Amino acid sequence: MRRVSLPETGTFEAWRNEARDLLGAGVPPEELLWQRGQGEGDLFAEALPPVSGAPVSVPRGFVDLARLVVWHRDPERFARLYALLWALRREKRLLEDRGDPRVEKLTRMAKEVSRDRHKMTAFVRFREIGQAGANRRSFAAWFEPSHYILELTAPFFVKRFGDMDWAIYTPDLSAHFEGGALRLAPGAARPDLPEDAAEDLWRTYFRNIFNPARVKLKAMQAEMPKKYWHNMPETRLIPEMVATAQARAREMAEAAPTLAPKRAGRITSRLREVPDGPNDGAVGDLSDLRRALDGCRRCPLWQDATQPVPGEGPQEAALMIVGEQPGDLEDLEGRPFVGPAGQLFDVIAGRVGLDRREAYVTNAVKHFKFTPRGKRRIHQAPNRGEVQHCRWWLDIERSRVKPKLILAMGATAVESLTGDRRGLMDRRGSIEVAQDGTPVLITLHPSYLLRLPQAERPAAEALYEADLRKATEMLARLD
Amino acid sequence: MTLDQKLAILSDAAKYDASCASSGGQKRDSRDGKGIGSTTGSGICHAYAPDGRCISLLKILMTNFCIYDCAYCVNRVSSNVTRARFTPEEVVTLTLEFYRRNYIEGLFLSSGIIRSPDETMSDMVRIARMLRTEHYFRGYIHLKTIPDAAPELIEEAGLYADRLSINVELPTDRAVKDYAPEKDPAQIRRAMADVRLKREAGKERSFTGKRPPRFAPAGQSTQMIVGADGADDTTILRTSTRLYSGYKLRRVYYSAFSPIPDASAALPLIRPPLMREHRLYQADWLLRFYGFEVDEIASATKGGHLDLEIDPKLAWALSNRHLFPLDVNRAEREMLLRVPGLGTKTVARILTTRRHRTLRYDDLRRMGANLKQAKPFITLLDWRPRALGDAADLRARFAPPPEQLSLF
Repeated sequence: MRRVSLPETGTFEAWRNEARDLLGAGVPPEELLWQRGQGEGDLFAEALPPVSGAPVSVPRGFVDLARLVVWHRDPERFARLYALLWALRREKRLLEDRGDPRVEKLTRMAKEVSRDRHKMTAFVRFREIGQAGANRRSFAAWFEPSHYILELTAPFFVKRFGDMDWAIYTPDLSAHFEGGALRLAPGAARPDLPEDAAEDLWRTYFRNIFNPARVKLKAMQAEMPKKYWHNMPETRLIPEMVATAQARAREMAEAAPTLAPKRAGRITSRLREVPDGPNDGAVGDLSDLRRALDGCRRCPLWQDATQPVPGEGPQEAALMIVGEQPGDLEDLEGRPFVGPAGQLFDVIAGRVGLDRREAYVTNAVKHFKFTPRGKRRIHQAPNRGEVQHCRWWLDIERSRVKPKLILAMGATAVESLTGDRRGLMDRRGSIEVAQDGTPVLITLHPSYLLRLPQAERPAAEALYEADLRKATEMLARLD
Repeated sequence: MTLDQKLAILSDAAKYDASCASSGGQKRDSRDGKGIGSTTGSGICHAYAPDGRCISLLKILMTNFCIYDCAYCVNRVSSNVTRARFTPEEVVTLTLEFYRRNYIEGLFLSSGIIRSPDETMSDMVRIARMLRTEHYFRGYIHLKTIPDAAPELIEEAGLYADRLSINVELPTDRAVKDYAPEKDPAQIRRAMADVRLKREAGKERSFTGKRPPRFAPAGQSTQMIVGADGADDTTILRTSTRLYSGYKLRRVYYSAFSPIPDASAALPLIRPPLMREHRLYQADWLLRFYGFEVDEIASATKGGHLDLEIDPKLAWALSNRHLFPLDVNRAEREMLLRVPGLGTKTVARILTTRRHRTLRYDDLRRMGANLKQAKPFITLLDWRPRALGDAADLRARFAPPPEQLSLF
């Protein structure tokens, strides 16, 4: 038997170096006896001269596992790690087998260490120990972890409390952070730390953030096991808080409603004194449009949308551009054609000298219709009824702007303006008339171009560009 | 009024907000020795109250004076609770002193509406600014946003805060109108849309490759009160789905309507529906991590309500038993995720391990599966369940025995 003693700090690096050499030299697990510190030697084990051998490579996952497991309090941890390392020589992919008992055991140990570390970052409670007027404030804490985790956890506190000095004492080891440098020292008995007035404030907070109407003791203890309680200033309140909870909840339930204070009535009536918004019928001009649209309940689409999206552009524009409905981004911003389709429109319109800012841009349907799928909203085409209901608003916009030409993009716009959505591909490029006699130039919707496969897109884009050119030419003639 | 008394009043007033997460966002630390604080990406719960809720942040109201009259709220204008107001300096001191003693991860600041939304919001922003720019505080800051506040204030808030949140409060616009008449659901939605747009703009690099300052890196969240109005669970989950997909919320918190001191006559007090709240969270997880659609969950409800006795995944599996038992060694990930008792981690372990060998019953136990639940729904090399019995029989195996309920 060969005895391997590991130091109490730097244990991981020491274990890794030893294991590397032993494995290289082909020393099997059963010939080794591992121990932390000098301890009592085993009667049959002896400290043999070091060995070394060829370098060995281990999977990355194993190193991460070992980094945690070495701090476990189980005396067999080093041996178990070495045994797994030994097995990994033959079974390279053993770590991926989450059903293997050896892997499972070590994974569980790593998890226990990791949880203990996490609880330490949560439950350490500092008390101020420094003198007033000192350059850096200083704090100290006493903590009793389940495993040897102080060295593993100290970097967390270093990163967090950069501008103060602190010390954490545990039975096994203590950590001191002074002037920006960390130092580890042997363990100590519980130090006598001075009272800290902040603890009273903290207890006040703990008592008052608790809702007595919902007592869930099991949930509390699962996450804050009792073994940590005696080093936390707030936990001494728990028995009394639990004991009085029921009575406090009952009191709230049984208390008769009180009369509101006098100022309440004054404030409330002032706040609620807003004039009723205009209803559907009374839209003075386009500036009222958004407010009027906000109240639209003609179809249920308003329920899921963020907001209605009214048209945008000069009130006396010669050209009116009508699309289908707002998309995801239009719905969020409350403005038409700001999404990908709008950007494509701008690019192609730019080629034929059509400036969107000179046109009145709007949609046949003013609310975004979609179905949620996972984290996204998938566009859905509005149905006939929704298009019909929303024509009310398009008619208002049309009667205010009085455009000389309307560019109807896509089947929905065409349906809203001409009453018929069929045969779009045959009708595109032609001029029809809206119910009020305004000429309507029919074309594709830019989002249709975006959905096409790459190969088909250039041809369709050329058609679209031709239609936009036709619109600019017609406008030039109308002037 | 002493600081201790103010703290008592203003933490008591803040406790009905369920959110306390300190996770997500960018990593920061104070190793440079200038100021204190760090965020690691995953939050830390520094204590737990006997209500089972985690205490991660100093969750307080700046003031509980409020001009709104929301029936469910302890701070509504018509309530007779004692009122108090912190000065910004007091909030800053409390946050820093608690933080130095490792009591908290940071600050969650909310407020009643005083005078006007803009004035309230600008006071809150001032506190966050003092913490970040005067004290170099690198801990977590969560600000509750006032929906009607000016866009510049929200903009500045997002630069200091890790997370912003706006509560939708109730699942339907109708209920908001009835119980929170001063709030405007459309305005709340617009504010959430605005936060999403600002966050996305904060992620894009400009043409010089420079990143604009990050806006609310830990995202936005919201809260819905459950059980105050008559909305059923399907309605609530549909609202959540809409919020997740539309505004990219990190979390929707469900808060069981709970008795408050000096309650309004408009809303009779009930025993808080804690089990319902729990089932909603489970369903919410199924929507976000298990690939369930809200309609699938709805199909396994009774009259729109989730089964209180068994969890929603089990309820779904029981009403879709023709899909089971499932061969764990061959089934696709999407289906494995639908087996009751198998979580996302277990499923990931199954997938890696079965690349190398065929799985047995004991393997699944070691991988952390809840076999008591999963057993009837799976087959393995050495395991085959008896035929799935009729609905009532199988459900009875999982549902707890009936018991007498008591009020409080």
